[in-house]
Amino acid sequence: MIIELGHFALALALIVALVQSTMPLLGAARGNAAWMAMAEPAALTQFLLCALAFGALTHAYIVSDFSVIGVAENSHTVKPLLYKISGVWGNHEGSMVLWVLVLSLFGAAVAAFGNNLPPTLKARTLAIQAMIGVGFIAFVLFTSNPFTRLDPAPIEGNGLNPLLQDPGLAFHPPMLYLGYVGFSVAFSFAVAALLEGRVDSAWARWVRPWTLAAWTCLTLGIGLGSWWAYYELGWGGWWFWDPVENASFIPWLTGTALLHSAIVVERREALKSWTILLAIITFSLSLLGTFLVRSGILTSVHAFAADPERGVFVLILLSVAIGGSFTLYALRAPSMDGGGVFAPISREGGLLINNLLLTTAAATVLLGTLYPLIADALGLGKLSVGAPYFNAVFVPLMTPLIIVAGIGPLLAWKRADLSGALQRLKVAAGVSVIVLIATWVGNGGDLLSLAAGGGMALAAWLAALTISEWVLRVRGEYGLSWQRIINLPRSAYGMTFAHLGMAVLIVGVTGASAWKQERVESLRPGEHVDLMDYRFTFEGASQVQGPNYSAIEGRYSVTRDGQTIANLTPQKRNFSQPPQQTTEAAIHTTFVSDLYVVIGDADGTEGAFVTRIYYEPFVPFLWYGVLLMAFGGLVSLSDRRHRIGAARRAMATAPQAAE
Amino acid sequence: MSASTPQTKRWPFIIPLLVIAALVGIFGKRLSDVSKGADPHLLPTALLNTPFPEFDLVALPGREPGFVTSELKGEVSLVNVWGSWCVACLAEHPFLMTLKRENTVAIHGIAWRDAPEASLQWLEKHGDPYTRIGQDPRSVAAISLGVTGAPETFVVDQAGIIRYKQVGPITPEVWQTTLAPLIAQLKK
Amino acid sequence: MKHLLIIIAALSFSFGAVAVQPDERLADPALELRAREVSKALRCVVCQNETIDDSSAELARDMRILVRDRISGGDSNEQVLSFMVQRYGDFVLLKPRMNAETLLLWFGPLLVLIIGAIMTAQRLRKPASVGPAALNESEAKELKSLTRPETRP
Repeated sequence: MIIELGHFALALALIVALVQSTMPLLGAARGNAAWMAMAEPAALTQFLLCALAFGALTHAYIVSDFSVIGVAENSHTVKPLLYKISGVWGNHEGSMVLWVLVLSLFGAAVAAFGNNLPPTLKARTLAIQAMIGVGFIAFVLFTSNPFTRLDPAPIEGNGLNPLLQDPGLAFHPPMLYLGYVGFSVAFSFAVAALLEGRVDSAWARWVRPWTLAAWTCLTLGIGLGSWWAYYELGWGGWWFWDPVENASFIPWLTGTALLHSAIVVERREALKSWTILLAIITFSLSLLGTFLVRSGILTSVHAFAADPERGVFVLILLSVAIGGSFTLYALRAPSMDGGGVFAPISREGGLLINNLLLTTAAATVLLGTLYPLIADALGLGKLSVGAPYFNAVFVPLMTPLIIVAGIGPLLAWKRADLSGALQRLKVAAGVSVIVLIATWVGNGGDLLSLAAGGGMALAAWLAALTISEWVLRVRGEYGLSWQRIINLPRSAYGMTFAHLGMAVLIVGVTGASAWKQERVESLRPGEHVDLMDYRFTFEGASQVQGPNYSAIEGRYSVTRDGQTIANLTPQKRNFSQPPQQTTEAAIHTTFVSDLYVVIGDADGTEGAFVTRIYYEPFVPFLWYGVLLMAFGGLVSLSDRRHRIGAARRAMATAPQAAE
Repeated sequence: MSASTPQTKRWPFIIPLLVIAALVGIFGKRLSDVSKGADPHLLPTALLNTPFPEFDLVALPGREPGFVTSELKGEVSLVNVWGSWCVACLAEHPFLMTLKRENTVAIHGIAWRDAPEASLQWLEKHGDPYTRIGQDPRSVAAISLGVTGAPETFVVDQAGIIRYKQVGPITPEVWQTTLAPLIAQLKK
Repeated sequence: MKHLLIIIAALSFSFGAVAVQPDERLADPALELRAREVSKALRCVVCQNETIDDSSAELARDMRILVRDRISGGDSNEQVLSFMVQRYGDFVLLKPRMNAETLLLWFGPLLVLIIGAIMTAQRLRKPASVGPAALNESEAKELKSLTRPETRP
């Protein structure tokens, strides 16, 4: 019964979304305030109905109602509660319900918190948001219905893929969806602005917090996915350039560009049509990602069920949404440019280069991801594009980006005098060169350590300039300086944290890529392996029982100079429903590097096990970097200006405009 | 809002539309191919029209002869990569037996990643359509042939050149539409 | 549903055990290092998207062993890769070779960057009128937008 209510609620949500996508638009075109005013309650109702549908589905998973097909296929009674709930989005149908829930959540949030928006802009934005809703709710109802019953109901369900039974992956999809579905708001605002025919700094100020919120969630979502892959897949890698990873990373790149170009619109009313385009592109890439993952036209380790019929539906949705908005863009955007002018060396100039590089990076990842498909379609043969390609093209694009990210914040708006910043740049360059040489020579002076030195130098450059920019803003006499530290806008701190996060992330990427060590040995109880300064001794293995699996657990002691540092217990789990094995790596972190142990198959009869040991330097820095960036996003989001969309505060004490 | 300046070119604003149109076209083609039954993950053989790689594979114990590439020359033949662990091979097997009975074409087998006893047992149970069988326990032959799964069947001409690769079971339909005409033509 | 089962089957296939086993290794560390390098450049042809170095598939294991056999036999890294390409086509390489078919792949990013840079340069060159007048105009507009009633809460 509850499940039918959920189904009914979703059908109602479709009708509400239909109304919300038409009436306010007509109202805005005709100046009918009553019709426009329908958008707000409709958005809230749509969200409530989607929440009801989602709640009903979740209930079915919690109580293990196997008369629902999705539950029978993806859940099991002896699964821990967390994974019963996360099982809702562990399959295609359920995850689409989460998708529309997040979409309607953002619509409702705009309705609830957008009190300061001009009525026509608000009505149009909510209408566009509802149009996306119509498309995807229809997609759920007509091609991917999660409420379908099964008769007779089985006594027990098939269980959830054990790889997904993990806290990292339980929260990864909701976070990811909050991110890339969150970009729908920027998209709706952009299309609404095209309809209005007007983009100004106020528009940018309204769009920015939504973009920030989505970006923050996407950053965390991608980070969670990477963290999961790192400790769950058992080979110590954290990024594989897999098509599905790329599908979430491409919108992150353009979303980051959007975050920066919106600043230019807000401050200077320049780059308007470009910012609109970025807002459309970013969400379009989210849609594209959804299409790629759901249609099965790309091969990936974690694609959903491949189904051409669903693929066709999403492709049509995609063509209408993206094609429609790009057509509108081609018609309206040419008359939107103009606005503030600026010299090449200026804050705007820096942000423009940032956008150029980020967009090129996004285009590159997209090209690499789709190229096998394109080549096949054009009859150029079957080929693969993997990590070696992406690493080869991505690093040269990121290097100048990081250099500019360091300089940009030091430049004044409109027209900057580089000589003013020159002293700081010289110091930062000096620091970087020292880091480069120290890393290079300190690690053997070979080509690999030169590359590692380059990475570390980039991180040092960005960190040094970011900190020096902050110092520049707050320095002064004792009392004054303290005053400035407090008064500096949150958005300025946001940038400082996010850029520092980037620097920390680069340290992680560089260190983990350059100095990872690996040993694979067959160990009998009592035998040991030495890796770096650590001695890993295999104490033995035994059978242990989990809630819905049994496992072989190895016991390894880690010592350094005779001192015990850690006892690690990696497991190899055997799930029976569905029958599958997973590896649970055991990780000891020193907060600078990780010691990572995986137990493999039994080898021979003497109790020996194949053991894989990794020394993973600087991997924790990846997570610190991601957290710091997301924290920067949150801090910036809490800025008063973003919170209430109020006019810019005058900042007499800050020498430069704050972002 | 300043009006469009005369210098503002309109055409760059159409680029996004063109890009997405091209992408949708490519995706649409792929989807229609898939729904027509084409398997996009199927690999064409890179060895088409090249000589069959040189092997000298050991025979199954007590079931001579083994597989020697040089012996292929002189007649049109099928080289069938199979294993007793492979379900699709079992599905294909009765048709191979039919071909053997009708004596249409020489069929050779490569027993891929299989224990010799298991292969022999399987052949005893289901029949043995092969002229020569070579063992390939470590995939040396399979990899050299670019095999990705079983069964795969190569059509080799009199000169020992690979003319076709059938991925997946040979069904009567595949035989009628593709293999039989090809073999007839090669025999001329 | 059938498809989903296949996917799950594929997943269990790919992650059941892990990659290189101790008995595969070559005694000579330099050769072993080269073998790892080559293995990381080759795609496991029966997996979704993995290198043979990462894959637990049996065919990937046999490919790793073959790579090591050929390296011990005196093949250069490039020769081993060519051997595999001859058998499986370019599909087996994770880093496509530069040729007519992959021109767009390798030079596409550069093309995008150049086009973007030209457009950026035009954007920067356009204001031939950089000067007080233009700035004042935009500032006036900014001021106007700030004082528009709807921007106030």
